[in-house]
Amino acid sequence: MPEAALKDPEITAEVWREMGLSDSEYRQVEAILGRTPTYTELGMFAVMWSEHCGYKYSRPVLRLFRRYREQLDSGALENAGVVDIGDGFGIALKVESHNHPSAVEPFQGAATGVGGILRDIFTMGARPIASLNSLRFGDLSDPHVRYLFEHVVAGIGFYGNCVGVPTVGGEVFFDPCYAGNPLVNAMALGLVRLDRIASACARGAGNAVMIVGSRTGRDGIHGATFASVELGPDSESRRPNVQMGDPFTEKLLIEATLEALETGAVVGIQDMGAAGITCSTCETAAKAGTGMEIDVALVPQREEGMTPYEIMLSESQERMLAIVQKGREEEVASIFRHWGLNAVVIGHVTDDGLVRVRHNGRVVAEVPAKALADECPTYQLDASEPEYVGRLRSRSVRGLEVEDHPAALLGLLSRPCIASKRWVWEQYDHMVQTNTVVFPGSDAAVLRIRGVKRGIAVTTDCNARKVYLDPYTGSRMAVYEAARNLVCSGARPAAVTDCLNFGNPEKPEAFWQFRESVRGLADACEELSTPVVSGNVSFYNETPESAIYPTPVVGMLGVLEDVHNHLTSAFREAGDRIILLAAEWPEDLWPALSGSELQVMLTGEPFGPLPGLNAYRQKTLFAAILEMSASRLLSSAHDVSEGGLAVCLAESCIAGGTGAVVDLRLPGPVVPSLYGELPGIVLVSAPASRAPEILKVAGSHGVLAVELGEVGGRDIVIRAEGAELVRTSVAEASRVWESAIPAAMDTI
Amino acid sequence: MKFAVLRFPGSNCDQDAYFAALNVLRQPVEYVWHESTDLAGADCVIIPGGFSYGDYLRCGAVAALSPVMGAVRRFAASGGLVIGICNGFQILCESGLLPGVLLRNRGLRFICRHVHLRLENSATPFTRAGREGDVLRIPIAHGEGNYFADEATLRELEEAGRVILRYCGPGGEVEDRHNPNGAANNIAGIVNREGNVAGMMPHPERACEPLLGSEDGLVILNSILGGSA
Repeated sequence: MPEAALKDPEITAEVWREMGLSDSEYRQVEAILGRTPTYTELGMFAVMWSEHCGYKYSRPVLRLFRRYREQLDSGALENAGVVDIGDGFGIALKVESHNHPSAVEPFQGAATGVGGILRDIFTMGARPIASLNSLRFGDLSDPHVRYLFEHVVAGIGFYGNCVGVPTVGGEVFFDPCYAGNPLVNAMALGLVRLDRIASACARGAGNAVMIVGSRTGRDGIHGATFASVELGPDSESRRPNVQMGDPFTEKLLIEATLEALETGAVVGIQDMGAAGITCSTCETAAKAGTGMEIDVALVPQREEGMTPYEIMLSESQERMLAIVQKGREEEVASIFRHWGLNAVVIGHVTDDGLVRVRHNGRVVAEVPAKALADECPTYQLDASEPEYVGRLRSRSVRGLEVEDHPAALLGLLSRPCIASKRWVWEQYDHMVQTNTVVFPGSDAAVLRIRGVKRGIAVTTDCNARKVYLDPYTGSRMAVYEAARNLVCSGARPAAVTDCLNFGNPEKPEAFWQFRESVRGLADACEELSTPVVSGNVSFYNETPESAIYPTPVVGMLGVLEDVHNHLTSAFREAGDRIILLAAEWPEDLWPALSGSELQVMLTGEPFGPLPGLNAYRQKTLFAAILEMSASRLLSSAHDVSEGGLAVCLAESCIAGGTGAVVDLRLPGPVVPSLYGELPGIVLVSAPASRAPEILKVAGSHGVLAVELGEVGGRDIVIRAEGAELVRTSVAEASRVWESAIPAAMDTI
Repeated sequence: MKFAVLRFPGSNCDQDAYFAALNVLRQPVEYVWHESTDLAGADCVIIPGGFSYGDYLRCGAVAALSPVMGAVRRFAASGGLVIGICNGFQILCESGLLPGVLLRNRGLRFICRHVHLRLENSATPFTRAGREGDVLRIPIAHGEGNYFADEATLRELEEAGRVILRYCGPGGEVEDRHNPNGAANNIAGIVNREGNVAGMMPHPERACEPLLGSEDGLVILNSILGGSA
């Protein structure tokens, strides 16, 4: 029978509510234990049963993802998903949010977000080979937004640059809805031999339980609980809930962990993120169907007088829990010592299914591992379609006029959502490890895999404005756009990881957005045969002023059979023909402007019905482009997204440092043709001699292909029906596009 | 020619340097741990980039006191070739093997990009595969690459031709607008008085394969081998 530790408060309704447990959840805890929990036990339940760790609201909906459902039912859920890319290699990938910490402490919040996601990767036995990040901020005219942006980027750079993992891509999006609640989603990928994947499994009674890495302090206690409430006026006081990152220790931890795993002495390993020792002990034991007994007094501590409650709940960074074969503890410890890290035996695996926590021998908690890890109560929440959805959808987009096309194009190029993100990615080391083939700034980053012909491409995507207008279709579009980005880099889409950023799920409107969005993601991933292999849910992205747009960030991995066949968005040679490839070209083009950058620039808000998206047609486009890239027919490929064809053309010109002349030989009105964001449009270029072959390949796939013009000159020239709509020098377009974000940031 | 790549806790370009020596130059190469004083019989020591010991103190300041740097000092004194890249340059300055220091970048932000470099002196073991005036395109990736030294030191470096690389424009123009970090006289790389110890902020090991966008780093690496580019 566990006893209260010294200085433990008495268990009252106030205490469990403060920890985030409802009264009925508390009663469930009592029923599971058959007694009143100790303060330590109550804390353990509170974090593990938070939405952040327990997915109590999201799990019923996440079951729409087939891979997740199968893994959940078979008990095979791991820290990150691994995708077989051939040649005996797998890629582990995952994306995770660090929104709330970044809102109150942007530098450390973002930095520890990077550290956390990297640990999810190398705990699988995979060497981290790339990071990406997907960021959302408010309007850059707001000084507080600039402060958040500056420090989030600096924090990501601080951590990623030091730890030696290249930050190769991502996205940054700006909209006033993110002003008080920025989104900071970090994604990482790792390379692992398929026969060497490590597992978060505490097998074998009698095996040693070791804590390795940094010492434990009082930082981050109840971070997971903090992530499971809305931000409010008192969020500033939550700053102590934010952890501090030490990328130097993480770098050592990566090397030491991978070396220790090579010995074969480590039977299971789990990183410590949210809910620290509590989460890692109960999850590894529950997964193996075992129990665990530890003495927290043995945990190396940074501060004097920490209580068992504090040690169990600390979210101090750069720590791992390793389950080591009995008798080989010293072998493992010596590796960590070589790297200057702690490695201490704190207990052993048992076969009674209980996580038993001692403090200097005295039992302070004794809880069934499965109750903590797997039996978090789940809730079927009410969902109802928000009023705005029907209202905005029924507003007509027809008739949006552009009087001055050159001004519209330059205006779009200077919009922070479209403008060059060089200011961001030049602060990240995107080349270390010398595998980055295509740098940030193209449609997707491409990396080689040392020693083999294959390569990988990776991207993140989500146009949240469209998800806001129509969560189902908008989310499908996000998946297709990510896939298109990969295809435009020469890669076959292979797998998805997602970070689902939403408002308060206890509000039926927000929950409806979440459910519809997941339905859209799941359907699109089924259609494309790109399983969702990992992910993360971030709810409560709200401030008293507003909720964010529903933002399901899609991270997608693609595979190139030959990395030398990669493509970029840059035009290459004067005289190359420019060809538009379209999966679909509907009769009514106007919905292509719904939620578009042009619409928001001209009217200040997104509205209207989204265009349709036909899975079969979209897939034929992908197949056609992949055939062209495999046959090395193309000089460049760039997908039409924010800002439409006009911006797509300008970006290919800027990237290539050359002009282009095109004639808009397309059916339908000029404005939606030129600025519409129809899904499934790609602009390619190729030597004139190859143009007929390209048209033939497109035709054989049933893809619409229209020759629009050619690369060359110093100007971007767009004509339609005999009239010249745009003539802008590439130098001017480039200046506007490159200077928008630096100019905004230098006003600090 | 045998290479030794030093490894400090926090080095993170050690593997890149190792692979460049092994796969691109096709030479034998070995890692040497910071606690070692045995340089593995190497003919050239590479001090790679990264954040030695976390660089939470001044960059390179802790590494300069490590056991392995004692061995490197003796190796350099006996005429052995030593090249420090990025953090390696910082460590060489902190060790006193090269003059000057590397301050935080003007602008105070980390910068990772390809830059153009003018080869200033081809009569060193690190540049002999090129010609004076050659413009190389090689990446930088640092937060502290702003080379600084007092007037007398700068004058001595310039007069003795010890500046080997200078930031410039695509046509070789040495102008302030092409200076990414505020370095004195646009200095990107220097050698010691004897010419056998070089430090540079740019990463030649990141620019020696066409797949990665540039092969200009081979001018530096092939120079060390003594051959032509």
